[in-house]
Amino acid sequence: MMRHSLNLVLGGTIVVLIIAVAIIGSFWTPHDPLLIDYAHRLLPFTPTNPLGTDEFGRDVLSRLMAGASASGVIAILTVTLAVVSGSVLGLATGYFGGWTDRVLMTFVNALLSFPGILLALALVAIFGANRYGIVLALGLAYTPSVTRIVRSNVLAIRERDYVAASRTIGNSEVFTILRHVLPNCTAALIVLATSMFGWVLLAESALSFLGLGVAPPAPTWGNMLATARPYLTQSALLAVCPGLCISIALLGINLLGDALRDQLDPQMRGVR
Amino acid sequence: MKASAPLLEVRGLTLRVRSTGNVIVKDVDLTMAPGEIVGVVGESGSGKTMVGRALMRLSPPSIERAAGTIRLAGRDVTGMSERELRKVRGAEVGLVFQEPMTSLNPSMLVGDQLDEGLRLHRKHARGERREMILSMLTRVGIRDPKGAMNSYPHQFSGGMRQRIMLASVMLLQPALLIADEPTTALDALVQRDVLELMVELTRANGTAVMMISHDLPMVARYANRIVVMHHGQIVETDTTEALMRAPREDYTRKLLGSIPRRVPARGLARSDTPIVEVRNLAVDYAGRRHSLFGRAERVRALADANIKIWPGEVLAVVGESGSGKSTLGKAIAGLLRPNSGEILYRGEAVSKASANWRDYRLNCQVIFQDPNSSLDPRMPVAALVAEGLRQDHAMDARARNARVAEVLEEVGLGALGDRYPHELSGGQRQRVAIARAVVRRPAFVIADEPVSALDVTVRAQVLELLAELQRAHGFSCLFISHDLGVVEQVADRVVVMHHGRIVEEGARDEVFDCPQHDYTRRLLSAIPVIEAVDGGFQLKWRRQGGMAEEGADQEASEGPREPAEARRRIRAGTARTDDKGVAPV
Repeated sequence: MMRHSLNLVLGGTIVVLIIAVAIIGSFWTPHDPLLIDYAHRLLPFTPTNPLGTDEFGRDVLSRLMAGASASGVIAILTVTLAVVSGSVLGLATGYFGGWTDRVLMTFVNALLSFPGILLALALVAIFGANRYGIVLALGLAYTPSVTRIVRSNVLAIRERDYVAASRTIGNSEVFTILRHVLPNCTAALIVLATSMFGWVLLAESALSFLGLGVAPPAPTWGNMLATARPYLTQSALLAVCPGLCISIALLGINLLGDALRDQLDPQMRGVR
Repeated sequence: MKASAPLLEVRGLTLRVRSTGNVIVKDVDLTMAPGEIVGVVGESGSGKTMVGRALMRLSPPSIERAAGTIRLAGRDVTGMSERELRKVRGAEVGLVFQEPMTSLNPSMLVGDQLDEGLRLHRKHARGERREMILSMLTRVGIRDPKGAMNSYPHQFSGGMRQRIMLASVMLLQPALLIADEPTTALDALVQRDVLELMVELTRANGTAVMMISHDLPMVARYANRIVVMHHGQIVETDTTEALMRAPREDYTRKLLGSIPRRVPARGLARSDTPIVEVRNLAVDYAGRRHSLFGRAERVRALADANIKIWPGEVLAVVGESGSGKSTLGKAIAGLLRPNSGEILYRGEAVSKASANWRDYRLNCQVIFQDPNSSLDPRMPVAALVAEGLRQDHAMDARARNARVAEVLEEVGLGALGDRYPHELSGGQRQRVAIARAVVRRPAFVIADEPVSALDVTVRAQVLELLAELQRAHGFSCLFISHDLGVVEQVADRVVVMHHGRIVEEGARDEVFDCPQHDYTRRLLSAIPVIEAVDGGFQLKWRRQGGMAEEGADQEASEGPREPAEARRRIRAGTARTDDKGVAPV
């Protein structure tokens, strides 16, 4: 019980803080995140630039704040897209089986046979290298894995007698799926979704690195991390700052996800 | 049994959970003489399995021995090193577990598995070992021992697997055999054969047997002595005969009294139309597909079923696993689509397309076997029961809540509406499932093995509840069960199924007292009956003619007739082909 609430408090605090930073960052930053100043390149901590400056002399703190909203929006939208579409596909294929399963899973497995990043690259090329293009591309690239996990859960749950019981009560198939099948998949879904946040933040930076992410000079945590690489020896801070941001965000989301999963599961709430 | 030096001597054995210190087995004293058969009987949680495991120091890591000594043939087991223990396990003490499915390694040939123990404990040449294995497999009734040695466990049925398990243990001729629910997973007929084989093999070898089981009549049939356990303690121990005739402790009496027994038949007024009638119902399952594009083979699970269920009656369907009884129930409940035949509700044909489907759907409810699986773990009890009323649009929220509270009160769960299923005991969970089925006052309830997942005393309570509800509300009930004892208690009429067909149908007393079909007779002869006789109980064993036979337990443990019969069966290979039972009247 103690551990559960600790997860909730710690994870919740981190996530709320990051959201606050992202909101503030989209309206106000200490300096202009895009302002280039060659006189002050790769500075360490200074009073005016608390987290130093990057290779073009832009203020890192300002860029991190501005990047938070871009990264956050991309990650949230991507994960939502993948989870929703993957769940719908997984529920349909797992619950109805037969031809529905065969046809849909053929597509899903075909998608799954491409490496995720390769698929995302191709999709970005189609949708365009902007924020929403990336969301669509990454979302679709991650859909197959969600589908497979939901489907395997549904296959097991479908055989449980409470699903049969729901049908004997006279409930419709859709109601049965939403009321009895989906809620019993949530544990797996939450674990999957929280770890997916990490993949998305990193995949976004990989896309940026290949020139297909959010276009420079606009900052995201991912592309800041990627562009800091050549300057690691001159200013390690440049890579450490966005890296820490990503790590802390992931920690918060995972803690919150665990707490949420436990809260949603009556068996984890302890005997009253 | 002569009072010689004891083979096993347990003194003050106390086990507890390592992390919490909860005592799960307390002060158990147990003595076994060589060659003796001792039954350890108790409900789940009584600690009987834990005692069996602790004897060979095979307790799970979370359990530790807090006190007590275990002496095997005079040597202290508790003080042995792992190395010494390994020499004892298998060689001197054999273990047979409940699930032959998981206790045999699925990826290892049967021959190699049998060889493992021999190679480890005995010094025989390879060829010699092979001969021993072959002769043991023949003895346990495997038809083609050479072929069996080169087969995998999954190629055998449950009963055959348990025979193989028995062979692997008895190959080493242990002095003690610990059999933990050895036949619980098996059908009645197979169960009897395997147990008789076990008794015969161990007697021939002079092996003592500790039979751990929840099934008191079954144990009483074979054991010389019975130890009754409850809440981790020994309640009573006595010779089988004395314990049955004059149980001293309340719990023993309760246990014996909970065993289902026949109650006098009810006279039911029969109306003109049955509630539900099934005509020529057949169900096929898709079987193995022989080629990639070929059609799957069809397996007929239910053929030509014709039954009528009259208002207010309990019609029991009995049969072994795979007999099609559950398929029949599911088809009637509309949970699977029959391939042919029709279902009539109050004289009118129903199908998913017909206008009366909804009426039928709402009036035909199901109680499933395992409440762990039939209750959504994410919903509290009241919500689970209320869901049954969801389709009743005439009721508003208040009326629904009132009705749910009323039903919960009726099933004895009045105060537990906001609990979740995992917070309830097995019996309480099944009460929730029953409440959900009857909340809408259905005309017809299908109960698919409603009590087979429950302990003996809880089972008696749940059966009582079902009977009470049925008396109060008058719904008809299709009661599906493999347990003839339960059926004998609850049924008005009985349908016997075998290999997907109905082989016999009739009033309960007719079917139980003078069964017409050969299969029914064999089935009845495989289960012992316990009857109350002035203050005590008596074990009876039906003859194949169907009549109960007095004092059969005596004969079974001493007399040569039963084992001889078992032997004949084994020699016949298939077993049970020799029905020379007394012909019924």
